[in-house]
Amino acid sequence: MSRSDLPALTIADLQSLLRRKEVSPREVLESLRARIEQVEPKIEAYLSIDFEAALKEADKVDVNLPLGGVPIAIKDIINVAGQPCTCGSKILAGYRSPYDATVINNLRAAGAIPFGKTNMDEFAMGSSTENSSIKVTKNPWDLSRVPGGSSGGSAAAVAANAAFGALGTDTGGSIRQPASLSGLVGLKPSYGRVSRFGVIAFASSLDQVGPLTKTTRDAAMIMSAIAGQDRHDSTSLPEPVPDYTKNLGRDLKGIKLGVPKEYRVEGIHPQISAAVNAAVKQLESLGAEMVHLSLPHTDYGIAVYYFIATAEASANLARFDGVRYGYRAKDPKDLLDHYGRTREEGFGEEVKRRIILGTYVLSSGYYDAYYVRAQKVRELIRQDFVKAFEKCDAIISPTSPEPAFKLGERTANPLAMYLADIFTNTANLAGICGISVPCGFAKENGSQLPIGLQILGKSLNEARILQIAHAYEQSTDWHRARSPIAKL
Amino acid sequence: MAKAADFDAAYVSKLARINLTDEETARFQKQLTDVLKYAEKLREVDVSHVEAAAHGVPMFNVFREDKPCDWLSADEALSNAPHKANQLFVVTKVVE
Repeated sequence: MSRSDLPALTIADLQSLLRRKEVSPREVLESLRARIEQVEPKIEAYLSIDFEAALKEADKVDVNLPLGGVPIAIKDIINVAGQPCTCGSKILAGYRSPYDATVINNLRAAGAIPFGKTNMDEFAMGSSTENSSIKVTKNPWDLSRVPGGSSGGSAAAVAANAAFGALGTDTGGSIRQPASLSGLVGLKPSYGRVSRFGVIAFASSLDQVGPLTKTTRDAAMIMSAIAGQDRHDSTSLPEPVPDYTKNLGRDLKGIKLGVPKEYRVEGIHPQISAAVNAAVKQLESLGAEMVHLSLPHTDYGIAVYYFIATAEASANLARFDGVRYGYRAKDPKDLLDHYGRTREEGFGEEVKRRIILGTYVLSSGYYDAYYVRAQKVRELIRQDFVKAFEKCDAIISPTSPEPAFKLGERTANPLAMYLADIFTNTANLAGICGISVPCGFAKENGSQLPIGLQILGKSLNEARILQIAHAYEQSTDWHRARSPIAKL
Repeated sequence: MAKAADFDAAYVSKLARINLTDEETARFQKQLTDVLKYAEKLREVDVSHVEAAAHGVPMFNVFREDKPCDWLSADEALSNAPHKANQLFVVTKVVE
């Protein structure tokens, strides 16, 4: 195999080459650097890259570690010591992380090499990555379309073979939706499974870090490295972390898969409905049994999500006040002018919009009517899933109601953009885990646009949804398809 | 329940300490009123017997040993300060 072919490998295949000493970690990084130089001008997935620091790590890494010598791209919301961390925002221009997030410590302990930071919707608020204040990332399957979001830089990098795998964060679908739109596997862990320490907070009761990869096996390998309790995050769960690759390859006999009637909503792209129906048949042919069930409060998910997520964001983003870090407005005449202009000039439009909505739902006179009511309906959504998982092992749906849309098509209508999350954000509200796996293509104007199948599992059941996703993946060829940019 | 029509973008932006242009205020007023109208469907739900959920995974009283550990030095903590002097953050004048 030629060195220039290395970036097309999965993490699992790369690792066998590294362990057999057929390539060195330095050669891997050099081949990735050349690849990124070739495709980055087209996709604009990265915000910063530090190959010099990565090469130093590569020269001393133990390739026998679980991810020994594997470069991993990191969404620019996760702190990597000494590197910039902008969250796609002007308010963090010039910021350098003074420490590593726990997920980065965990990746390093497993031998992985974080080498670059990927583009994202500002503070992870968006479904297209167009809300980045720095650059516009393109979908490697069709450069006129969005890669999804908010982890769109991570998705585009992996889909263009410009990263072997990446970390993203998922607050309402921000790993699964870009994975779906970019033809990848994306896993949102159960709430509390992965530490949030060192991850810049958007909505603290919803945020989780997870992998975007070419295959389910790669996702399982990264999950095994990053999951676990952390003394720095009191919401991280104490349950032991299994080897998530262990269940891969088991068949689906006796597995019950729930198909909620509420997910058959109008407005789903017809080619997506067809692809998901075909996937259901495929899963049945592999031995799974379909169970029809109901999640009665599904229709309230978007409204609940946008009250809770914006309320938490308005509190979390209060820290960006121009005092301890980040942008500060010039020559403020008093403290109110300092805050008002720092945040006016530092935040982009969607972030301002969400902080204002969140401030409103928490404000005196409206708190009970909006925020507390949303929390109560959230509890009903959670109970819907608890009841559903008494009847099935996992729940099947499309990940996104539509394939990748055109750049600029949605930016004027925030509500339409919010509706992109209808199948994903209830999992965050309920704290359960979910994965998106490629299940076909929509054909539009000569482009092949990836479709994702979402598999939801109960809290801490990552191994089960990985097993189901893997069995499906291995029985189809969708995961072998590569974007036109990946083939360059 | 409060009504979407009560929302006043200009007032709330002051609470949020974000200055807005007149044009932004008008745009947010309309867009967020639309979002609030959409969310009025939450009124249909009977929540009289439901406890509010702060988290998807209920957790209470998480304790750990109170053990000191190394953390950022003063220089590291100040490394991103927009304005600093004498190992301190310099802030905008608060009292007249």
